Amino acid sequence: MEASKKRQSEMVQEISGTNPLKCMKCGKCSASCPAYEKMDIKPHQFVSYVINEDVEALAKCDSLWVCLSCFACVERCPRDVKPGKIVDAARQLAVRQKGGSYLVPDEIPALVDEDLPQQLLVSAFRKFRR
Amino acid sequence: MSMNTEFKPKIVAFCCNWCSYAGADLAGSSRLAYPADVKIIRVPCSCRVNPMFILRAFEKGADGVIICGCHPGDCHYSTGNYYARRRMTLLFSMLDYMGIERGRTRVEWVSAAEGVKFSNTMNEFVDAVRTLGPNKRLGDLRCKD
Amino acid sequence: MHGIGVFVCHCGSNIAATVDVKKVVEMARLEPGVVHAEEYQYMCSEAGQERIATAIREKNLKGIVVCSCSPRMHEATFRKCAEKAGLNPYMVEIANLREQCSWIHKDIEEGTEKAVILARAAIAKVSLNTSLLPGESRVTKRALVIGGGIAGIQTALDIADAGYEVDIVEKTPSIGGKMAQLDKTFPTLDCSACILTPKMVDAAAHERINLYTYSEIEKVSGFVGDFTVDIRKKARYVNMDKCTGCGVCMEKCPSKKALSEFNSGLNNRPAIYTPFAQAIPNVPVIDPTQCTKLKTGKCGICERFCQAGAIDYTQKDEIVTRKYGAIVVATGFEIIKLDNLEEYAYSQSKDVITSLELERIMNAAGPTKGHLERLSDGKAPKNIVFVQCVGSRCDESKGKPYCSKICCMYTAKHAMLIRDKYPDVNVTVFYIDVRTPGKNFDEFYRRAVEEYGVNYVKGQVGKVAPQPDGSLLVHGVDLLDGKQLKISADMVVLAAAVEPSPSVRKIATMLTASIDTNNFLTEAHPKLRPVESPTAGVFLSGICQGPKDIPETVSQAGAAAVKVVGLLAKDKLLTNPCTAKPDELMCNGCGSCANVCPYGAISYEVKEINDHGIRENRRVAVVNSALCQGCGACTVTCPSGTMDLQGFSNRQILAEVDAICR
Repeated sequence: MEASKKRQSEMVQEISGTNPLKCMKCGKCSASCPAYEKMDIKPHQFVSYVINEDVEALAKCDSLWVCLSCFACVERCPRDVKPGKIVDAARQLAVRQKGGSYLVPDEIPALVDEDLPQQLLVSAFRKFRR
Repeated sequence: MSMNTEFKPKIVAFCCNWCSYAGADLAGSSRLAYPADVKIIRVPCSCRVNPMFILRAFEKGADGVIICGCHPGDCHYSTGNYYARRRMTLLFSMLDYMGIERGRTRVEWVSAAEGVKFSNTMNEFVDAVRTLGPNKRLGDLRCKD
Repeated sequence: MHGIGVFVCHCGSNIAATVDVKKVVEMARLEPGVVHAEEYQYMCSEAGQERIATAIREKNLKGIVVCSCSPRMHEATFRKCAEKAGLNPYMVEIANLREQCSWIHKDIEEGTEKAVILARAAIAKVSLNTSLLPGESRVTKRALVIGGGIAGIQTALDIADAGYEVDIVEKTPSIGGKMAQLDKTFPTLDCSACILTPKMVDAAAHERINLYTYSEIEKVSGFVGDFTVDIRKKARYVNMDKCTGCGVCMEKCPSKKALSEFNSGLNNRPAIYTPFAQAIPNVPVIDPTQCTKLKTGKCGICERFCQAGAIDYTQKDEIVTRKYGAIVVATGFEIIKLDNLEEYAYSQSKDVITSLELERIMNAAGPTKGHLERLSDGKAPKNIVFVQCVGSRCDESKGKPYCSKICCMYTAKHAMLIRDKYPDVNVTVFYIDVRTPGKNFDEFYRRAVEEYGVNYVKGQVGKVAPQPDGSLLVHGVDLLDGKQLKISADMVVLAAAVEPSPSVRKIATMLTASIDTNNFLTEAHPKLRPVESPTAGVFLSGICQGPKDIPETVSQAGAAAVKVVGLLAKDKLLTNPCTAKPDELMCNGCGSCANVCPYGAISYEVKEINDHGIRENRRVAVVNSALCQGCGACTVTCPSGTMDLQGFSNRQILAEVDAICR
């Protein structure tokens, strides 16, 4: 791993623009999540994983690709922690680690069919739509 | 450049007794740090701050002056902060004309319950004054050297 | 001024840990006028005060500076100490080394440097202090209580029992407040009405308590001991002296479409109404927005049926002006609006209700006569889900940042009562934390779980989805089991956050009492003066100061009453001598100062002035020091610099500025 655990956790916080310490562990994110059953790491756990600086586990988990990026958790979080954005940030880190941390627009059509997860595009559109 | 990093501005903060001074106390008891460059003068109300005090502060070498009072509508004396706001608007535009940049003067409303706001305001204000650097414009040359 | 003493307090390690107190003493000795400087562990202790007194006597000090905590904490202590030692109390200045220095700076060098400057500023100020003598003002021996809920009633009863007159101003037609709406109370399950109504009767029957119901505060002027308050008595359209309270008018009134405020809008009430059967006074009011006679001039049925001839459609609002020595704010709370929390479907389904609405449903005098039933179809619910922390502990965009404090306990109460009365109903409570600090509170909550079989689930509800069959699908999570739950419920009860009554902001502004970002009134000191407002003569009782339950409210009400009685027991009050003082020689009588004075303390007199040998009659400003509160607005407005503020004079503040910028 190039970046230290602490740095990775900070990066997730920077990319997502969230402060996981605001979480009061109510679980409303997990209660709202339509993909909860298929997730190995549950939405509310993402927050504590970042606090505990275990982004490595997040980058490897299936939940990243199960998450629908519906952002119901972001909408409903009473503390404005935005777990969905943390998932999104962890996903970005995972993609970066796989090499190539940016996209060249011309290359997108080819990539979309193969390696690039559709999920990331959808999420990016949803994330930057507002 | 080393001079700039060592620059310790002199900041005078006028705080009204009822809201902002209590807000500063709350910042203190909550251990919310702000730079030691800020020195607070207690006044009964923000409307007690005579423009003369501010001019004198700049004359004596202050780098920034901030006035804190109760939020509009919450003044202990009903209307004092409105007077302060009007007076300071005029004074600050005059000071700006004289070369004391807007960043060196500020009026801020801080209630007795806003320790966090007090600390944040002071941090921001000191940062702003630090970027502006030492104030040379109004310095009383007779007192220097 | 020569003869200044400086006393530096360690405050245990609170100051001494980040300020080199010895250095501060050393540097203070170098300041002009300082003849004595010392440090001690606790200056505010008896031994510390004795040291100050001894130094004043032995070294004949003319002014002292105490470098300690905030003047808001101990200025009064040190002033008293100086006075006992024969020094004018206004010759004392405090350098705030604790709150403004040692507590916020970690570096001892930085802290010491700042402490020296703060001490220097205080020394510079005290050397220009002058002896001041406080004046005296009278005390009106009557108290005003704003709000007629349990807080207001208890405060009024305690003050009245001590022998003073009290007026209660209540904006609704009856006293009783929110407690009257409750069914049972935790943790004893006492019937709320059974313990409240006797108190209401006591208050109404008390010879020294006067009720102004259906009335609001219109204007407040004056100051501690001598407030003048305008009270708007809204038109009841019913003559209080003639009405016998028979209730025929309410029965006959044909306009019955208004929502009952008392029943949380769950059923209707007539246009002429008392909020509830035990209302005090038992005199109805006519709601002018609903009454056909008042709106169109046609009807008059109540007048025809009233045998006492009490109906009077021509009544107008009336303003009563009264004087008070003290004012108690007891304005209580409301439940927050749930617009920001649409996921709970409160506005979509009648079966999603707030806890206050459930109180009315459970109450025998409520819209369902105490039967637990769904408001949509009247069916008995089989599965009920309670959701805690609805709008409490939220980010500010979603709700209130504070804990509403009472919800954990009333939810346990509701769950227990339902399981007790309807054992076949399943009750699930979604909680984040169960907070039960209070006597017998945790035991109560445990009983709900262990004896009544209430299903407590650690987790939150994400969404409530009304289904076509009328049921409610609750999406929740059980964090301990790691399961997402989908529960089909018949009824969902939301523990919505409490907020201070919206009317409090207007009242606080009138009283110049400070208020925090959540609209709770601020205490003079959060620990040591919790029932007093920083504004002298204004006291706080009940939820207007912060969320609290009934026993806490009642004890705070008693505490506020004692403070009021302590004030009213005095014949005279010492006034603040830090008032404006004009220099007659410089005044040209322009009138600017009187324009900005919020208290009308400045007037003009024609006086014979001896201006350096020239005697002439001039119009000059005169300050009434009993009215002047010492804000200093006039001092800055005065174009000739005539006005100065004693205790905060121009020279004193300039000396502080100079000392800081030196």
